Amino acid sequence: MLEDRDRIFKNLYNDYGWQIESSIKIGDWKDTKEICTKGKEWIINEIKTSELRGRGGAGFPTGLKLSFTPKEQGTKSHYLIINADESEPGTCKDRDILRFEPQKLIEGCLITSYAIGAHTSYIYIRGEFFREGERLQQAIDQAYEKNFIGKNACGTGWDLDIYLHYGAGAYICGEETALLESLEGKRGQPRSKPPFPALVGLYGCPTIVNNVETIAVIPTILRRGAKWFASLGRSKNTGTKIFCITGNVNNPCNVEEEMGVPLKELIEKHAGGVIGGWNNLLAVIPGGSSMPLLPKSVCDTLRMDFDYLVNQKSGLGTAAIVVINKDQDIIKCIARIAKFYKHESCGQCTPCREGTGWLWRMLERLAKGEGTLKEIDLLFDVTKQIEGHTICAFGEASAWPVQGLLRHFRKEIERRNSSNPLVGRTDVKIPYLIDQHLLEKENA
Amino acid sequence: MSVKKIATNQPKFFKFSDENLNKAKKIIKIYPEKKQASALMPLLYLVQKQNENWIPLVAMKYLAKMLDVPYIRVYEVATFYSMYNFSPVGKYFVQVCTTTPCMINGAEKLINVCKNKISQNQNELSANKTCSWTEVECLGACVNAPMMQINEDYFEDLDKEKAEEIIDMILNDRSPKPGYYKNRRNSEPILGRTTLINSKDA
Repeated sequence: MLEDRDRIFKNLYNDYGWQIESSIKIGDWKDTKEICTKGKEWIINEIKTSELRGRGGAGFPTGLKLSFTPKEQGTKSHYLIINADESEPGTCKDRDILRFEPQKLIEGCLITSYAIGAHTSYIYIRGEFFREGERLQQAIDQAYEKNFIGKNACGTGWDLDIYLHYGAGAYICGEETALLESLEGKRGQPRSKPPFPALVGLYGCPTIVNNVETIAVIPTILRRGAKWFASLGRSKNTGTKIFCITGNVNNPCNVEEEMGVPLKELIEKHAGGVIGGWNNLLAVIPGGSSMPLLPKSVCDTLRMDFDYLVNQKSGLGTAAIVVINKDQDIIKCIARIAKFYKHESCGQCTPCREGTGWLWRMLERLAKGEGTLKEIDLLFDVTKQIEGHTICAFGEASAWPVQGLLRHFRKEIERRNSSNPLVGRTDVKIPYLIDQHLLEKENA
Repeated sequence: MSVKKIATNQPKFFKFSDENLNKAKKIIKIYPEKKQASALMPLLYLVQKQNENWIPLVAMKYLAKMLDVPYIRVYEVATFYSMYNFSPVGKYFVQVCTTTPCMINGAEKLINVCKNKISQNQNELSANKTCSWTEVECLGACVNAPMMQINEDYFEDLDKEKAEEIIDMILNDRSPKPGYYKNRRNSEPILGRTTLINSKDA
């Protein structure tokens, strides 16, 4: 188990208070100037050595991403955007960082902005987090007062301004290009890539978009050294991570643990165990709603890191663990997730706009036992029609949970929906359908 | 995408108050020159705040003129996002999260409380016209499920009785205390900590 001295977010439960004085006391803003004077290259290399991967869901290597911005500043300004549009069901880690560890984020903003050559940083925070936004704004004001940001920030000679921008309840704005569209005052519909935002982003300028947690851990990595960070977890899956454990557990909580921690330890030790005992566990969604669920048989030995979960045909995502026990109706749970995606589809690509509605309606029917055996295959087919046929990863996000359900709980759906399709049956009288001729062999 | 009713009874005129006009000018300044369209979303919030939680069409025209963008652009942006309302929702706007993590922790009970106390249907004003409620997607407080949001504040770790108390208060035009309704600090484990034990009460 990770020791407290290796935890990055020491104020996760707000023991010390969020004000800048308290943050300084627990080590924020220490030697920031010295870190910056080591140079842009050093910072990016150090992040590369630490093997930090993005904490927002996709797990892209952060150091590599930062190195994509043009080295020399042209006529266009560079931007750093912090993605605080935390809306993945099950995830509530960024909220605690915004409320209780705002200085870590602000310091991370300064160092990263310096490394990529940005003088302006926007924090895109979800609209529902109004109070968290207020708190963050106060923290930013305090940092301005101390001259940690602003003109000649922290004595580094670098100018940096940080602004807040509220979203307005669109999940899709967590996708980086949709976020940029939204920030430009448009509908949040993702852009086609390439060009990637690192070259053509906000207002057509080079832009880096990173999750709150990613940026907030950077100062600590640079202070304690990339080697320290890389020594936690295993290669390519290094460091610590805030896990949000929710659902049918006795002690739902946020907890910072080492990457690769066994799932069973997280649930049994930190979250007080599954309600009704470990044997009452039915399934776990390991990384926020868009990752496929895993049944109990896999959970016994599961380790929580990016590559391990990919091997299990799931993903770490945002590390939000939704525990589902045997008292729940698993089909209903996934049907509700399908409804979420139906509601949040931006409507730009047809497979996603129409397909998410199909998934939801079919799952609702299957949950009630009103479906037929053939529909189960049709459901799988619809997910395959969405996956990979959309501009952004929302298509995959909506298809994967359903695929996970079919992979592990097909028997349960079949048990409930065992009747044969109405079409083609002779024992029930049904009205003649328009395409019935296709089913009758003589006409085929 | 959100589907929302646009009120049939529209006011004829809208103007920012002096205070909000100053705020609006400040907001526009945080974006680069000629990129003032970026300020559209924050300004829609300002309108909503000034106009009792909803945005009339005439205000969209007003913003279009102020930011020098076509009216239809304001309209399409406003209707894309689910947090903007286009018909009156009352002084207290209750949003109950019903996505899976809240659902398996009993969000259904909160919905029933709203149905019984406020109105049978979503987006419908209560009898005394002060509140309305709606189901929303994940509000990002899953560890403290089930929860709901009233205007800007979160009410977390709820159950049926606590929700009833809260709804009763707002129906009588009193502000309930936001935050946690179980014995815990923020998102720490309810039955005792397993990490950061030494820093407790530091």
